[in-house]
Amino acid sequence: MAITDTAKAAAANPRATLQDWLPKLVLAPSFALILLFVYGFILFTLALSFTGSKLLPDFSTWVGFNNYVRLFNHPNWIVALKNLAIFSILYIFICSVLGLGLAILLDQKIRGEGVIRPIYLYPMALSFIVTGVAWKWFLDPGIGLENVMHQWGWESFSFRWIKEGKMAIYTIVIAAIWQSSGFVMAMFLAGLRGVDNEVIKAAQIDGASTVTIYRRIIIPLMRPVFLSAFVVLAHLAIKSYDLVVAMTDGGPGTATWTPALFMQKFTFGRNEMGMGASSAIIMMIMIFSIIVPYLYSELGGGKKQ
Amino acid sequence: MLRKLLIGTMLSGAMTAGFAAPSFADEVEVLHWWTSGGEAAALDVLKKKLESQGVTWKDMPVAGGGGEAAMTALRARVTAGDPPTAVQALGFDITDWAKQGVVGDLTDIATKEGWDNVIPAALQQFSKYDGKWIAAPVNVHSTNWIWINKKALDAAGGKAPESWDELVVVLDKMKANGISPIGHGGQAWQDATIFDAVVLSLGTDFYKQSMIDLDPAALNSDKMVEAFDRMSKLREYVDADFSGRDWNLASAMVIEGKAGMQFMGDWAKGEFLKAGQKPGTDFVCIRFPGTQGAVTFNSDQFMMFKVGDAEKKAQDLMASDIESPEFQSAFNVVKGSAPARTDVPDTAFDDCGKKAIADLAEADKGGKLFGSMAHGHANPAAVKNAMYDVITRHFNGDLNSKDAAAALADAVAAAKG
Amino acid sequence: MSVPSQDNAARTGLFARAIIYSALILFAVYYLLPLYVMLVNSLKPLDEIRQGNMLALPNQWTFEPWRSAWSTAQIGVSPTGLKPYFLNSIMMVVPAVALSTVLGAQNGYVLTKWRFKGDNIVFGLMLLACFIPFQIVLIPSARILGLLGLAGTIPGLILIHMVYGLGFTTLFFRNYYEAFPTELIRAAQIDGASFFQIFRRILLPSSGPIIVVTVIWQFTNIWNDFLFGSSFSSVDSIPITVALNNLVNSSTGVKEYNVHFAGAILAALPTLIVYIVSGRYFVRGLMAGAVKG
Repeated sequence: MAITDTAKAAAANPRATLQDWLPKLVLAPSFALILLFVYGFILFTLALSFTGSKLLPDFSTWVGFNNYVRLFNHPNWIVALKNLAIFSILYIFICSVLGLGLAILLDQKIRGEGVIRPIYLYPMALSFIVTGVAWKWFLDPGIGLENVMHQWGWESFSFRWIKEGKMAIYTIVIAAIWQSSGFVMAMFLAGLRGVDNEVIKAAQIDGASTVTIYRRIIIPLMRPVFLSAFVVLAHLAIKSYDLVVAMTDGGPGTATWTPALFMQKFTFGRNEMGMGASSAIIMMIMIFSIIVPYLYSELGGGKKQ
Repeated sequence: MLRKLLIGTMLSGAMTAGFAAPSFADEVEVLHWWTSGGEAAALDVLKKKLESQGVTWKDMPVAGGGGEAAMTALRARVTAGDPPTAVQALGFDITDWAKQGVVGDLTDIATKEGWDNVIPAALQQFSKYDGKWIAAPVNVHSTNWIWINKKALDAAGGKAPESWDELVVVLDKMKANGISPIGHGGQAWQDATIFDAVVLSLGTDFYKQSMIDLDPAALNSDKMVEAFDRMSKLREYVDADFSGRDWNLASAMVIEGKAGMQFMGDWAKGEFLKAGQKPGTDFVCIRFPGTQGAVTFNSDQFMMFKVGDAEKKAQDLMASDIESPEFQSAFNVVKGSAPARTDVPDTAFDDCGKKAIADLAEADKGGKLFGSMAHGHANPAAVKNAMYDVITRHFNGDLNSKDAAAALADAVAAAKG
Repeated sequence: MSVPSQDNAARTGLFARAIIYSALILFAVYYLLPLYVMLVNSLKPLDEIRQGNMLALPNQWTFEPWRSAWSTAQIGVSPTGLKPYFLNSIMMVVPAVALSTVLGAQNGYVLTKWRFKGDNIVFGLMLLACFIPFQIVLIPSARILGLLGLAGTIPGLILIHMVYGLGFTTLFFRNYYEAFPTELIRAAQIDGASFFQIFRRILLPSSGPIIVVTVIWQFTNIWNDFLFGSSFSSVDSIPITVALNNLVNSSTGVKEYNVHFAGAILAALPTLIVYIVSGRYFVRGLMAGAVKG
């Protein structure tokens, strides 16, 4: 409020007027770039999804909702939606639980935390172009874990999910959790370190056990972290593309197709740009329907300050 | 202002960028996905030759997805109005790009050098559009090959199968001998490569009707059900871990004797040669039983984009060098394929290579040279991939043969519409 | 820094601590396994990989795959290894990270300390930019780069990476500055400090932790990008991920897995180093604001 008062008082002064406009001028270039490069392009894609574009954008053939009709009649898209549901529920749930669990364990004055933390975090630093190959190997019964167990004498050991249409999507969940749960752990660790000491001391004086303190006091305080983690994970889940390509490329059969894979393959592999655009729009709708309510509550909270 | 720009962008997105960025003379920028040792080294021969003629080679390799990543990059380059000089491309992709009006014209050099007489008509179908030469074919891969481990074959009777029934007998014997009869990788394109050969073995007319003409009556026919039945039969001879395996690992199984044979295009030969194996003594190359005399092919071509007058000279020179018999021979000996022109001497090739060249000439004469569906030379990408979906689902046991034939016809119809 | 759970830690028994350590070590193994597989197999000759146990140490140690990946492996037509592409990536990543961080910091500053009507809507719109799938912006971005004459250049790549990083950097700085006491700003303003002076002298000096978070996040994302790198680069600007992909994903040729793994680790070294060196500040930075609700 002081700022606005000062600005009003100095309105006659041209330098102060500039000062008044300066914040908006500083923000403007970023905002303009985003309007064009994000919202402009979304509109472009929306328009594209109503055309019969094949190899390149072609706005001379309007087909109405035909692409959307074909999309929801396409067996691969249905598979992709089912996989997205399985993948995102498991991935988000396990990453959050694992992240919180590891953060709590790591928060117990652990010796060697400085060594363990980067070990948990580093998968986020690597590109899936090649860690995907390592995972593919590891999960392959012929050369991976199963083979190693057999060589070590455990002959009956069997782990061949990646070869089985019904189970393959779960191997992708395993690799995806590997990649991002460390990052979620770091977010929770930061949250735990930010909890007010006094609250806990008071509870301890009241004789509450460690478990109770975590369950009743600390974990509920992590609510904002859960929300942040959810947003980060949800967007990673919906965009999940490179790990699927690296590990199964949609196989066995079409069992591990995801919406992102569908969009990429139709737009660039199958020369069906119009249909690819329609799948992208559905994906955007899914993303926004998750993010917008979050933002609404987030920004509503921000105003109070 | 911003809105104007926005709308302008959306509208101009519709245009096709048929102009070239200003560039220097005597250089070619080449977008391709030949990045592995052998084939890249083979391409280096072309680069060196051009350099000796004063043309700079600007290399732009983008590997991945059998050219899919390169085609994605190409879209961005063309949209930005900055297309490369020459782009490696396959089959119907060339035609699709030609329809956008962005490709160049090689007709002058082609006429001068008489390409029409030496390049098989089946290849010209892709190298030409609207009567004009737009691409320079580098090679012809044929895909209806079987690569057999000689020892495993000897243990299974020693006679290479010449009919479907004989093939099944050999496979059974191999199974009884305790090896995995077929080395195969469960990726959609590999499944489709076998499917190509199986359909072709049921008759060249049937292949043409179903795979090339996309006749719905042929796609959903008893014969197609039989083709799928044969696929199911072959599936019985594939080991349990096949899903997702790279083709070269399947080749390695055959080389090591863990598997008896592999159905794969002739790029597989490189794997055998690299492992120190000799055609005839360590491994045997035969056509898929029932497809003798016919060839399904795919051909790598360099598609040329519109360039300025200054660059045109270098582009023509590159095309001319690609079609020179010396390069055709040198490159294809390494790549495992046959030359794209029929008048190249086969002296430098090994026995399998000589057979490939002879088979190709025979099939070309007899009108039995067909584009491979699995490799994008029978129908456009949308249809090809729609077929992939059905073939791979059936091969993985999600569909029975009868439903698969019906699904194939439906998927093709949907992809065409 | 106060650690609230210190008191809890003191009360947990020896047995409980043993379990905690076992669990932590078990998970460390899970996270390290793929890296271990890559490392061990990058030190084996190809024959040994084909026949052997993927977890076993090499019988015959060789550094040849590393040498090959670095300087002699076939990336395109010429056997150059990954070496020449490192510089391209660095020339792209450093300015892109710097620009998006500076802009993000200023945006965060404006959005928290110079609030105006509709600022939350502006922020919300910018934040949504984080969630757009990159495949759909490819073609229109290419068109814009073409119009600007930046197609196939490093400045073009910098621009694209900067734009699509702005959402995240603005989010990080906004949440961080939100907690920064506004009284200090007011006081400085009454003393006659200008908009930029306040930013430079008051906010920036205390922004260390959040700068670390932003830089790590941006550096990792831009360094690892493949889609933009392959589509918007040309001969002189090919980034390392595209080169690595060419090494690994060749379609019809012998797959030299040992060279692939060596190359993958080489290409990831800069990000790994950034994570390990600044990992400590990373958590501190997250704590200081990025995850605040």
